[in-house]
Amino acid sequence: MSVAPAEVDLPRSADEVTPEKPWLTIVWNDPINLMSYVTYVFEHVFGYPRLKAEKLMLDVHHKGKAVVASGSREAMERNVEVLHGYGLWATVRQDT
Amino acid sequence: MFRPTKGGGASAWLSPGEVSLLRTLVVPVMELLNDPARPAPPAEPAPAPDGTATPDDLFADLEKMFNETSAEPPEAPADPVLARLLPDAYQDDPEAAGEFRKYTESSLREAKKYFAQMLLETLPPKGGRVKLTADQARDWLRALNDVRLMFGVRLEVTEDFEEQLTSLDPKDPRVAAFQVYGWLGEVQESLVRAIAR
Repeated sequence: MSVAPAEVDLPRSADEVTPEKPWLTIVWNDPINLMSYVTYVFEHVFGYPRLKAEKLMLDVHHKGKAVVASGSREAMERNVEVLHGYGLWATVRQDT
Repeated sequence: MFRPTKGGGASAWLSPGEVSLLRTLVVPVMELLNDPARPAPPAEPAPAPDGTATPDDLFADLEKMFNETSAEPPEAPADPVLARLLPDAYQDDPEAAGEFRKYTESSLREAKKYFAQMLLETLPPKGGRVKLTADQARDWLRALNDVRLMFGVRLEVTEDFEEQLTSLDPKDPRVAAFQVYGWLGEVQESLVRAIAR
């Protein structure tokens, strides 16, 4: 994405370097963001096809939240930073 | 309202009143992001979006660098609008949320101010046709969304916003704000549709 903020190397303690479980990017429902806009953001930030982006948007809408990506902690933090730039309410957590 | 243009951009005709309304709505978002009562936390010095640095910026960056070693990770903003514009990245982990905020909040503020500035700069001053490239349209979407977040949080809108509006007493001072919020949604919706693949 053209506007993704510069990557920042966050210091990590040694016990966090090799997590066993993947990290997740979670998007939470809110009453303000338009459904069409949220779909657009998923398509453009993650490169998801329209149908997948719409399904994730509906998951967020109906279930209150949805996991929209998984991977390394650093990658998920970058996702959240970009999503906050778009005004989506996104958080990071490790899979349980 | 907005229609697609060649090359993935969008264009729309805005009346003088719509231009002045948009300007009036975007400026408070920028002011909130500049909030002197809660200056941006110390962070990695980020270059200005246009790549320039004035002497003032350099002094500010130096000050940030000196402060960085001793500063505590910042907490989420107290203002509910600012807290929504700059949310915590970790929900049940204040330490991780603070650490993330320390490294990213300042650049997120700058990015949001840049989107707002881009919207202001591309408005036809006295009304007329606004023609956006694909990149500018994306900046507009984000700037419009931040304005809608500001209104939505202040008005405590729900997903049944239309019902909220119709249940208000016509003399309620919030009626106009609800109508503006609805109009902003229409503008954003038309822009999303114009540039969606």
